Amino acid sequence: MHKKICLLWAALACAMPQFAQAPAETLTPAQLNARAKARNVPEIRFESAPNFLKLPPNLHLGEGIGVATNSKGHIFVYTRSQATRLFEFDAKGTYLREIGEGLYGFAFAHAVRVDSQDNIWAVDEGSNMVIKFNPEGRVAMVLGRRPEPGELAPETPEPYTFNRPTDVAWDAMGNIFVSDGYGNSRVVKYDKNGRFIASVGSKGNAPGQLNLPHTIATDAQGNVYVGDRSNSRIEVFDNGLAFKAIYDNVGAPWALCITPGPHQVLYSSNSNPDNNNSQIEAVTGEIYKMELDGTILGKFGHAGKKLGEFGTVHEIDCRNENQLLVSEITTWRVQKLTLDPVRRPQ
Amino acid sequence: MTVRMRFEKICWQAKAPAPQGGTDAFVCQPGVSNPRSYARRAALRMGIAALALAGSVSAQIAYDSPPDLLKLPERIHLGEAAGVATNSKGNLFVYTRTGGGNATLGASRTFTHGGSRLFEFDRTGKFVREIGEGVYGFLFAQAVRVDARDHIWVVDRGSSMVIEFTPEGRVEMTLGRKPEAVSDAGRGGRGTNPGTNAPGTGVPGDNFNRPTDVAWDGAGNIFVADGYGNARIAKFAPDGRFLKSWGSRGTGPGQFDLPLSLATDAHGNVYVADRANRRIQVFDNEGVFQRQIANVGAPWAICISPGAHQYLYSSNSNEPNSMEGGEIYRLELDGTVLGRFGTAGKRLKEFGTVNEIDCRNPNDLVVGEIANWRVQRIRLRP
Repeated sequence: MHKKICLLWAALACAMPQFAQAPAETLTPAQLNARAKARNVPEIRFESAPNFLKLPPNLHLGEGIGVATNSKGHIFVYTRSQATRLFEFDAKGTYLREIGEGLYGFAFAHAVRVDSQDNIWAVDEGSNMVIKFNPEGRVAMVLGRRPEPGELAPETPEPYTFNRPTDVAWDAMGNIFVSDGYGNSRVVKYDKNGRFIASVGSKGNAPGQLNLPHTIATDAQGNVYVGDRSNSRIEVFDNGLAFKAIYDNVGAPWALCITPGPHQVLYSSNSNPDNNNSQIEAVTGEIYKMELDGTILGKFGHAGKKLGEFGTVHEIDCRNENQLLVSEITTWRVQKLTLDPVRRPQ
Repeated sequence: MTVRMRFEKICWQAKAPAPQGGTDAFVCQPGVSNPRSYARRAALRMGIAALALAGSVSAQIAYDSPPDLLKLPERIHLGEAAGVATNSKGNLFVYTRTGGGNATLGASRTFTHGGSRLFEFDRTGKFVREIGEGVYGFLFAQAVRVDARDHIWVVDRGSSMVIEFTPEGRVEMTLGRKPEAVSDAGRGGRGTNPGTNAPGTGVPGDNFNRPTDVAWDGAGNIFVADGYGNARIAKFAPDGRFLKSWGSRGTGPGQFDLPLSLATDAHGNVYVADRANRRIQVFDNEGVFQRQIANVGAPWAICISPGAHQYLYSSNSNEPNSMEGGEIYRLELDGTVLGRFGTAGKRLKEFGTVNEIDCRNPNDLVVGEIANWRVQRIRLRP
């Protein structure tokens, strides 16, 4: 009997080569390193709307770096096109306008977020700036300063300059949190008028340290969730930037978002790296849905170029818990995803 | 491209210095010590031709080239016509190095944008439109091809990307990723393919290092020649999923030294112009070496015509700093030379470093020239 089962297994393995690759022991060390630790996570069913964004002729998205929605459902896409550009679409995906065309702070897009007053914030890792636009699309405030030609980034982090910043978030008081970033390894807190309050983090992998803080989000209590990408963990800090917790079982968090409303959830993308290595793509690319305490509710998606697959998700908008927008680097795309609701334990 | 003349050799460096300690060999071919010596040059040209023909006496094929093929709007100019292709309606697509790119100052790193454009013309050469204006991956044009569904595929050597456009001109799929900044140039260029680590094998996936060409088989599988930095052919499923790649830098069967162009036949065999090895290598659909064709000089551009009887065309293009060679061969798929036509030069009917050939119609070719900033329609009268 045992022998028969073995034979059956061998036949199955031969007939289905992809199936045969599934056992963990066949993975390379690099694959094991990239794969999220969480196992037996339930799959969340979802659909992606085809041809969602409608652009005018001869206007093209480049790398889909940032995506965000405002309270009307309008969609903002910050893209590395030939120049870095910021576009606005209505809720149906129809192109409305370009914001900040030719702006001094647009060099190499990294993220766009919309605050509770519908101001649009662009984070640019090329110009080292965070730019706040009012809803009309005029510059309202800037954080950081674009380096003068030939100027190098300061060797130690300074209060009002960034070194390749990555993301921005706010608490209910309007305090501003900036993840900074590729060059520095910290999160900086400013008041709503842009005055420095505090910063946390240095490069390393001890609790409270950071190695490429790539994305941040805040919850209703003002706690700050940081996607500590190269450490493959999410770190949670309280509103005063004191270290609270680590969630390290959902892979490398390239993109985080937290839903609004009475029961908030956290999404985190273990994006396939943007170097297009097919072996790493085979074990990455999924997005996790979690409770704020780190409990995993489910996951969905995998790396690939087809509709409903992900080409290095770089930002997630989750203003609506079951209708997400994701922007992707390598596929030059924004997808609108409709997720099946997850039933939570009462 | 840097060029050096050394004694009896013409040497050229076809790529920027290899990243991170990679080899960066100069490639040499027999040349002339005194380029002004006409008699010497003529004799040499005959010698090269004789060498190239390797004993087979190939006939000259008569041909015409209608003057002033492309009619451009007043303020649009072609630069180096690196890529040329036709669709099923006979419309012409030209992917050209126009210059006008820019690099950012005063930023965390130096970013580069622009420098190449894609134009569409109707079959008479009348300008129709520009496609992909301002697209992120347009840096340094290398090739354009049109697939069986009339999708337009651009290969960009500067951004190391292959970009598929729908017939309407929207981006459909991308392969590869543009290096983020100038200092990141040449990604995927090291022998990092696990198990081999041979130079040029690249990363298993669509991480190209200055790719050169794209082709498809009847099932829609995608083949990419990769290229200047790597020395491999990569195969992808129709949805862009990486299947395999083969090849490394070298001279043996299945190795490449500058795979510059590739084409497939109706059976899905893959023909690779192994330029610096002066041969065309033929592989089956899975990349198993079949044979080589080594009597047509240095193949810069190859194409295979459709239809019941397929022909292979291969251009022994002149180096941009030379007026030697330049002829295009017409062959059976088994390598039998049926004839040849053309020579290097700047006049109509002469060729200035042909970089791509379209042979959708086997007797009505379209060639894109680097050195002459020109596209010619070549009407063969075999």
